[in-house]
Amino acid sequence: MDDAPDLRAHPVRGAVGAAAAHDSAHKHVAGAAIYVDDIPEPPDLLHVWCVMSPHAHARIRSIDLADVRSAPGVIDAVSAADIPGKNDIGPMVAGEPILAEGIVEYVGQPVVAIAATSIKAARTAGALARVEYDVQPAVLTVDDALAQGLFVAPPVEFKRGDAAAALARAPNRLSGTFRIGGQDHFYLEGQVALAIPQEDGDLLIHSSTQHPSEVQKMVAKVLGLAANAVTVEVRRMGGGFGGKETQPAMFAAIAALLAQRTRRPVKLRLDRDDDMMITGKRHDFVVRWQAGFDGEGRITALDMDLAARAGHVADLSPAIVDRALFHADNCYYIPDVRLRGFACKTHTQSNTAFRGFGGPQGMIAIEEVVDAIARRLGRDPLAVRRVNFYGTTDRNVTPYHMVVEDNIVHGLVDELERWADYQERRRAIDAFNRTSPILKKGLALTPLKFGISFTATFYNQAGALLHVYTDGSVHLNHGGTEMGQGLFMKVAQIVAEELQIDVDRIKISATNTGKVPNTSATAASAGTDLNGAAAQIAARTIRGRLADFAAAHFAVPREAVRFRRNEVEAGANVVPFATLAALAYRARVQLSATGFYKTPKIHWDRDNARGRPFLYFAYGAAVAEVLVDTLTGEYKVTRADLLHDVGHSINPAIDRGQVEGGFIQGMGWLTTEELWFDAKGRLATHAPSTYKIPVASDLPRDFRVRLLEGARNAEDTVHRSKAVGEPPLMLANAVFFALKDAVAAAAGAAPSLAAPATPERVLLAIEDARGGAATP
Amino acid sequence: MPKVSMTVNGKAVSAEVEGRTLLVQLLRDQLGMTGTHVGCDTSQCGACVVHVDGRSVKACTMLASQAEGSQVTTIEGLAKDGKLHPMQEAFRDNHGLQCGFCTPGMIMSALELVKHKPNPSEHEVRDWLEGNLCRCTGYHNIVKSIQAGAAAMRGGK
Repeated sequence: MDDAPDLRAHPVRGAVGAAAAHDSAHKHVAGAAIYVDDIPEPPDLLHVWCVMSPHAHARIRSIDLADVRSAPGVIDAVSAADIPGKNDIGPMVAGEPILAEGIVEYVGQPVVAIAATSIKAARTAGALARVEYDVQPAVLTVDDALAQGLFVAPPVEFKRGDAAAALARAPNRLSGTFRIGGQDHFYLEGQVALAIPQEDGDLLIHSSTQHPSEVQKMVAKVLGLAANAVTVEVRRMGGGFGGKETQPAMFAAIAALLAQRTRRPVKLRLDRDDDMMITGKRHDFVVRWQAGFDGEGRITALDMDLAARAGHVADLSPAIVDRALFHADNCYYIPDVRLRGFACKTHTQSNTAFRGFGGPQGMIAIEEVVDAIARRLGRDPLAVRRVNFYGTTDRNVTPYHMVVEDNIVHGLVDELERWADYQERRRAIDAFNRTSPILKKGLALTPLKFGISFTATFYNQAGALLHVYTDGSVHLNHGGTEMGQGLFMKVAQIVAEELQIDVDRIKISATNTGKVPNTSATAASAGTDLNGAAAQIAARTIRGRLADFAAAHFAVPREAVRFRRNEVEAGANVVPFATLAALAYRARVQLSATGFYKTPKIHWDRDNARGRPFLYFAYGAAVAEVLVDTLTGEYKVTRADLLHDVGHSINPAIDRGQVEGGFIQGMGWLTTEELWFDAKGRLATHAPSTYKIPVASDLPRDFRVRLLEGARNAEDTVHRSKAVGEPPLMLANAVFFALKDAVAAAAGAAPSLAAPATPERVLLAIEDARGGAATP
Repeated sequence: MPKVSMTVNGKAVSAEVEGRTLLVQLLRDQLGMTGTHVGCDTSQCGACVVHVDGRSVKACTMLASQAEGSQVTTIEGLAKDGKLHPMQEAFRDNHGLQCGFCTPGMIMSALELVKHKPNPSEHEVRDWLEGNLCRCTGYHNIVKSIQAGAAAMRGGK
């Protein structure tokens, strides 16, 4: 064909690698994207408000809802006693109630749910609920739970070699305690579910969830229904970040219970304060460590205990503690190592998944160790980090006995060091600090290596469903959910590439348990790896059928059939994709296909803490520079340079957005976001008035972000891309260690600083370090 | 219940509201205009920003009755004849959004900034957005979007 070269030069719109806009961008900017609370309200809709526990730990003596039920506008009110099925939504461990049963175990725990004709009526009636409690002593902190041996799951241990013996013979030893705060998800759209009764007692549930299949399963369990009686749909979430992995099941189940009883549609939308009081957050950790090292700072032995505040029930805490241990090596080889993890039971919200899933806490713990060693030896922390990096051919086995096969940290850090002028700035900052008595600067470069795959191997599967209609337009569905991360667009781009059609010919549809069943949560950064691969397989199936048909129809060899830019060439014949679809339909070719993908190579023996839990690792590194006012502890992040590995990017604009957003969210976790509980276990920071997520003015003054160029996943992932959802959050470790660097410069001694490094903590760290220092 | 009348996106509307009804409740629950979002319920996150008589207002802060007789513009009222406003286009084209929940409020706030500063610096944009929270983007592309939108608006339309 005359124009064949042009065709090749102009790929389809939205092909793999295009920096295409988010699939809903045009709707988001017009206020036309529908979130659950925007769905036109059905007639007779009821609204739910929950009566919450005022006590951290108490036995429920009695619940009397007579006055509630007779209050104006109230249609129904329920407590645990009214649940027809099992009052249990535990994802890993049984016994996690949607409504408190006999006992309350945190301030904010839902005890009673009230359905009324308005949210105001439900809330007003809540004051009439008579719940009598016998208050019990509460365990609120990791330290108290550890002292009493209270856990939600058995402790876990990873080990290689003999850490105790290696510590005993180490030339130098150092130990410490490091406290890491939690984090509220603060998804802008709070938890919400809309349950609509269907015929046969079935239910349709619109849920803002990362895990529709689990919502389906839990709702069915609570109501005593078969899973096929419950359909869960989610078009999009207004942010998830892990907070909508398990948490939505509670609210969907409460709405469903009230819908089942009243035969009316029921909506449960938490307001922000209630959301923050009821739902779990990122786990806060207490880490105790002891390290042995040589004169260069090379770690020879490490014994580390990582204890997480799990809250009142397990939720995902056992897996989160595991992932903390999986990342307590970060990029560093540790010859003799013992890591122990504890999921501590406390009378607080049940902490849950949050971007990184324990990984960030494990990673910052080992960074704290490396930083402490460097300061003990008086070496630049970057030099100490380098001597500890995993090797590429030796020194490459993790504490869980997986060989690191794809290590690129050396080259990546070298490149960042050059690009960010690390050494020159190090010298300039040291010079500045020598002459500036009040303002001090700090600088840090931290690397990251993050394991990709669900560590529960069976979750690493995904399905997709693809239809081609006779006009050549395509309907795409898969098990992944869209929470803003751009998954839907990336998967559509993969399909556009396979079928060689413009991406706007592909209709992206809501995740629905009736279309693709038994899905995994959109979590563990694995959304594109799993669902993109499944959709690619479905698209290849249809393309293969079309190619077979075109070869037969045009009587050309199969190899002479090519899909190119909305057209199909069959030898000398060229037809639009739509024409071929119509012809194939008339020839009775199936134009619908499913795709199924399961991650290869991975296995994990949890009992023996051995295996290959991850298909591959994502890498990145960041340099942060801060300026601290040593009289107040206030600071600014003056510059940040991020270099991150996304493999061969399916959409560099979306991936970059994940890097920028993840970094800032991580910065919030480590700087301003402080969860503060009072002595009675009440979360006092339960609204944005007191809980401070980053605002635009918190951005680094000079913010430079790059994706690693020429990168390619060493493993055979979809288009050799890499997962990008969680890893960039940990780039923010650089901000924390830059603050520590500034504190050290101010105090002239190695500081002790807990996360989040609020201005108050920075100021106290300076004063503490000065008090303990020999120098004036 | 008292009746309020106002103009929303150029159309005269009236509705019966309680004295306590918030403007955002009138818009979303009674007028079915759900582009204005409720993120924090307490007037802090800025997802609910609309314009009342040309000034940006958090619709969770204002009573519906306070908008009596006013000209109200919401995110749905920015596009003209099916064509997006340059600021909307800028957010779309500069990847100034991820989950999109904060976007309507961001755009409405940005438009008031541009009224005062037609060519805002990066610093001015960052400072202006103190009352608008975003949890996804890290703000970098929002700031770029606003500067690009301002440039497109200066360029005339």
